[in-house]
Amino acid sequence: MTVISYRQALHDTLRAELRRDENVLLIGEEIGVFEGSYKITAGLLAEFGPRRVRDTPICEEGFTGVAIGAAMMGLRPVVEIMTINFSLLAIDQIVNNAAKLRSLSGGQVSVPLVIRTPGGGGQQLSATHSQNLEVFYAHVPGLKVVAPATPADAKGLLAAAIRDDDPVLVLENLALYNTKGEVPDGEHVAETGRAAVLKPGWDVTIVGYSRAAVIALDVARRLEGDGISAEVVDLRSLRPLDRDTVCASVRKTSRAVIVEDGWLSYGTGAEIAATIQESAFDYLDAPVRRVAAAEVPLPYAKPLELAALPDAGAITRVVREVVPR
Amino acid sequence: MTDPAGTDLTREDPAVLREYYRQMALIRAFELRAAEMYTRAKIGGYCHLNLGEEATVVGLSAALRGEDYLFATYREHGYALARGADPGRVMAELFGRTDGLSRGRGGSMHLFDTDNRLLGGYGIVGGQIPLATGAAFALAYKNAPGPDAPAVMCLLGDATTNIGAFHESLNLAALWRLPAVYVIVNNQLGMGTPVDAASAEPELWKRGCSYRMPGQRVDGNDVLTVRDAARAALDRARAEHQPTLLETISYRLRGHSVVDPARYRTAEDTERLRREDPLPAFRAQLVDSGVLDDKTAVDIEADVDKAVAAAVDFADASPAPDVTTLFDHVYTNPPPGMYRGLPGDPVNGGGPA
Repeated sequence: MTVISYRQALHDTLRAELRRDENVLLIGEEIGVFEGSYKITAGLLAEFGPRRVRDTPICEEGFTGVAIGAAMMGLRPVVEIMTINFSLLAIDQIVNNAAKLRSLSGGQVSVPLVIRTPGGGGQQLSATHSQNLEVFYAHVPGLKVVAPATPADAKGLLAAAIRDDDPVLVLENLALYNTKGEVPDGEHVAETGRAAVLKPGWDVTIVGYSRAAVIALDVARRLEGDGISAEVVDLRSLRPLDRDTVCASVRKTSRAVIVEDGWLSYGTGAEIAATIQESAFDYLDAPVRRVAAAEVPLPYAKPLELAALPDAGAITRVVREVVPR
Repeated sequence: MTDPAGTDLTREDPAVLREYYRQMALIRAFELRAAEMYTRAKIGGYCHLNLGEEATVVGLSAALRGEDYLFATYREHGYALARGADPGRVMAELFGRTDGLSRGRGGSMHLFDTDNRLLGGYGIVGGQIPLATGAAFALAYKNAPGPDAPAVMCLLGDATTNIGAFHESLNLAALWRLPAVYVIVNNQLGMGTPVDAASAEPELWKRGCSYRMPGQRVDGNDVLTVRDAARAALDRARAEHQPTLLETISYRLRGHSVVDPARYRTAEDTERLRREDPLPAFRAQLVDSGVLDDKTAVDIEADVDKAVAAAVDFADASPAPDVTTLFDHVYTNPPPGMYRGLPGDPVNGGGPA
């Protein structure tokens, strides 16, 4: 184990996978000469050259589709879409081609594609640059969507995605790039589709993913001092969704709070809450609650932005409402 | 544009010319039969036919080599046949049967035949263009340019030249020098909209100029002209990794799809259609030049009719996919925990509810 940042874990994994497999290549805007908007690909152009690390013009639909077509031919492209907001320009290619080609061809074609893209607000980037649109993709059969919360998962889930023969969207998070944690040395490939219990507890289950899981863990640790024992489940994958781990936890704690950075309506929390009421109804001692973003285009002004996004205070308040004193 | 009657047949192998006629006649017979099967409700969904485009289909396909890749539009039955797909498996796909090319998952608009390097028909207009560009990218990633290098041909309709994916793809192909040939199959109508009502530059091949991409407009009703232009473009793609934008002009004989009565057409249009129909024109040309006698022509026509009848029988006999296979082919590596409920089935969160 070595303590490194989430950013470093992503970078090291890309480098290791480029070295491991000649068919792996990187495609995206400003990933080469500029070394990536968030410097995940720093140094990789110099090491691997422009054949393997391909800077593209600004054309998300074009280069995402090119990567899908290259994947159909057996290459394993890793696309960087600068932020998930820009993936909307490529959504036809992702939803109508990457997700469908295996099925439409009756199993003749595979699409071993990875799309890496950060989501997340809180950087005063305002409405169009702060969105959490991963549920758009998690909704679609044919895709897989993973969302690492820790540096160890940044490594393990990205490596698994690159080795997967199906298209995987790897959701990163602007607020997590500088976070640090222990990462297994050497080869570390996580299993796609498994949630993790980050902290055991007895009174309530807090479910989150990506940045929300990190905040939930922080809240749960602080609540220990107040005598509330919260279990934290990090989903790690939105499609497939590990319903078993969530429901097993709720059967133990009888209460659930779901945290997400996305908007509330039709979100991940809605899906989890519906699953819990269907699979663990008799175990519930309180209504399932959701902590999600206010349903507005995220404003620029700091106080408004802060008010709109889920934070430790909101999670703490809702957990206290759910757990009897 | 070349006058069809003006093509020099004397330099061609007569057997090859007869084979072109056979393929054109097969496509004509197949598509007429598909229209009939659609009205008999054997075929569902949308069904777009290559009627009137047979010379283009056969000319382009003749230019391709076995190692080349083809990306098509949703009007692609003829291309599947000309690439060598079994007519029975094509018809079975239209019927939605297990022996269909795509095992009944794709239907008329989504014919895939990887054995013959047909990498799909595509139902979203223009969706195939970035993919074809990516396939050319993969070829360039793996192979140096050379006279024997494989290339990619990407078909698109006239109206597709107005969408972003077309322009983004051409820019990338030219910028990165990819072995691709883009072919605008201009049948002069995007559904019911004439080209000059949709495109500010109605000479569509000129749109490649923005990307310094060589281009050409040719008569899509002349199989040899189409073949030779496509061959030259493919040679450029192989030898120099230089992409080309080719435009073929033809006219579809029927509506946009089987259910479209094409009321937007004038009597003049219809008369021109009959006059320029490439199939009788090519037949007459071959007969006039002594390549084909009437008896051989009739034999060919009887043979393709028989092949199409056999295709219908094959499709009819092929079983419909069993519903237990519903979740097959969604993922190459189906992960554990993927929800596989049918409508109304409970969500399984493990353990007792």
